[in-house]
Amino acid sequence: MRRQTLTAWALLLPAACLLVVFTHGPVLRTVLATFYTTPHGRLPAKFAGFDNYAHLIADPIFWQALRNNLLYAGLTIPASMGLALVMALLVNGRMRGRGFLRMAFFTPTVLPLIAVANIWIFFYQPGFGLIDQIRGLFGLGATNLLGQGDSALYAVAAVAVWKEAGFFMIFYLAALQAIPQSLIEAARLEGANALQIFRRVIWPLLTPTTLFVAVNAVVNAFRLVDHIYQMTGGGPNNATALLFYYLYQVGFQFWDTAYAATLTTVLVVVLGLVSVGQFLFLDRKVHYQ
Amino acid sequence: MTMSYLRGLTLGAAATLALCAAPALALDLQFYFPVAVGGGAAKTIGELTDAYMAQHPDVKIEPVYTGSYVDTIAKAMTAAKGGNPPQLAVIGAAEMFNLIGEDVIAPFDDYVSDADKAAWFGGFYPAFMENSQAFGKTWGIPFQRSTPVMYWNKEAFRKAGLDPEHAPASWDEMVEMARKLTVKDASGQVTQWGVRIPTAGLPYWLYQGVAIANDAILASADGKTTAFNSPEAIEAAQKLVDLTTAQGVMEKGTLDWGATPKAFFEGNAAMIWTTTGNLTNITQNAPFPFGVAFLPAIKHFGAPTGGGNFYLFKDSTDEEKKASVDFVKWMTAPEQAAKWTMATGYVAPRAEDWDTPALKDYVAKVPGALVAREQLQYAKAELTVYQNAQITQILNSALEAIMTGQAEPKAALDEAQAKADAILKAYR
Repeated sequence: MRRQTLTAWALLLPAACLLVVFTHGPVLRTVLATFYTTPHGRLPAKFAGFDNYAHLIADPIFWQALRNNLLYAGLTIPASMGLALVMALLVNGRMRGRGFLRMAFFTPTVLPLIAVANIWIFFYQPGFGLIDQIRGLFGLGATNLLGQGDSALYAVAAVAVWKEAGFFMIFYLAALQAIPQSLIEAARLEGANALQIFRRVIWPLLTPTTLFVAVNAVVNAFRLVDHIYQMTGGGPNNATALLFYYLYQVGFQFWDTAYAATLTTVLVVVLGLVSVGQFLFLDRKVHYQ
Repeated sequence: MTMSYLRGLTLGAAATLALCAAPALALDLQFYFPVAVGGGAAKTIGELTDAYMAQHPDVKIEPVYTGSYVDTIAKAMTAAKGGNPPQLAVIGAAEMFNLIGEDVIAPFDDYVSDADKAAWFGGFYPAFMENSQAFGKTWGIPFQRSTPVMYWNKEAFRKAGLDPEHAPASWDEMVEMARKLTVKDASGQVTQWGVRIPTAGLPYWLYQGVAIANDAILASADGKTTAFNSPEAIEAAQKLVDLTTAQGVMEKGTLDWGATPKAFFEGNAAMIWTTTGNLTNITQNAPFPFGVAFLPAIKHFGAPTGGGNFYLFKDSTDEEKKASVDFVKWMTAPEQAAKWTMATGYVAPRAEDWDTPALKDYVAKVPGALVAREQLQYAKAELTVYQNAQITQILNSALEAIMTGQAEPKAALDEAQAKADAILKAYR
């Protein structure tokens, strides 16, 4: 028994070392850094108590970034998941050009976001951008979606949905293919129509996938900011500042490392709570086979 | 068999000796550089350093491409804070006080003779030295420096009944011409805007093209005080937003910086403001004849300078610093400066550079290149303060709020000034 325990620990040790060095250690140091000032040149870091947290509560850009992020999550999570499911159902059936369609849906996932963001900038250009050219065909006027405070966040959210839906589709597609045909045939024999089959058979069997995709979608809503960097830089006037982007700005442009650590800590706590909640709450509704 | 074995051994020993000897003789220098314009900038840097090493076998220089300006300062700062900085780096001129404040750079003065100080430092255009010198020392050597200019579409001018060879010289004239250049279709939709001054992302730079011409200097020379809400600064912001509202000659909202040359090529805007660094791009891609002009005068002509300087990092030996200074001196000598200007479109930073046969030929072919140089006499340093990135971001947000109609110029700039004061207070 003792030998077994020792062996177990020995086997776990390499992974544990890596986790301590690259995950838990930095987390601890980050949390510690939030109680000190940022060192500048010859001025070393000083103990600051909860000053950084007080600054955070008084920082209007933090609150705006949080509000933006919640709206961004509220837009991108349901939209990308819904679209993914629709696309998966579409390319699951037998149809001509199915392989091509699957590839087309999946392509955005393969492209690096920072590169496609550069192309999206041109789609959104007022007057000569793709979107305005299409609008022009219907006699509609020019728009400046990225350049207006009230539309910019929606414009960058659309790019995220476009990017993510194809990725989530793959999971739904795999889940759909794993559903035994016999269940669907049985339902059909009972006289169920397509909608009933979806609601009573397919959807319940997809719930484990939905939970997995939802957790990923939530994480991505707080993590995926490459296109913000490229397309708006958080502007105009912080209209597209998301928490993670703001954190990058504070940490690596303003070099206020103590405040960046504070933002990180808050972000980690919020994300941790959300995912714990997700598992506890949704787990009960998930139908595992 | 034994012969070839012996020969192999001798060769091997010789190679080992050579390998051991090389690092002992040569001085290793690492040099970070950003690329902010298209074209062959990185290739030219490689060619220039190779040429220098061929002439100086005792020095080995490793140029490291470090991304954009923002990436480069981030990498250099991280390396310096980790105790392993490069010996040299090209970083934004506006970062001078930031680098001094973080105590990571050394002034060039200690490694340059008095005679050289006068001849070398004194040979750069004064506008470029404004944010290269502070506290009586020289902290940056101008290298890839730029300034914004106005490009105009001669064909659009002709169609609008304007003289295609005459660019607007004053702000009022620009507005007047822009009115004539703004074209609407039958349904009242604008198909061509009179002017495009991009204000998304980094509006502070082109805004200073208006502010400096209106006598508004945004920062004190010591980098510790800003003047965002002076009456002249507020008036300059009002002029900028009026283009999109009262005068209706520019698209409403903020406009993307990178897409601006494209808007010009597509005929979406008849006049654009952008960096002289875009000259090569526009020369190659504009499907119509175009002109290059000064930014229009308000009280007088005016423009900010921009771009990057060479900085010397503190955490290196005296020997390395001397070798670095030698290299920088060579890089900024007329022959190299001419090569660099022709490859990139940056403004050669010394008067003598323009006397080289290479640049004389270039100017004969691309007369627009001269406009930027001529404008330098009216140019002032771009916003350069302590905590530069943060202060710039505050001004950017205020300007974006103004351009998108979320705030009045005075209210937005008052708030920006208060925020900047709160941060810079610590440095006074």
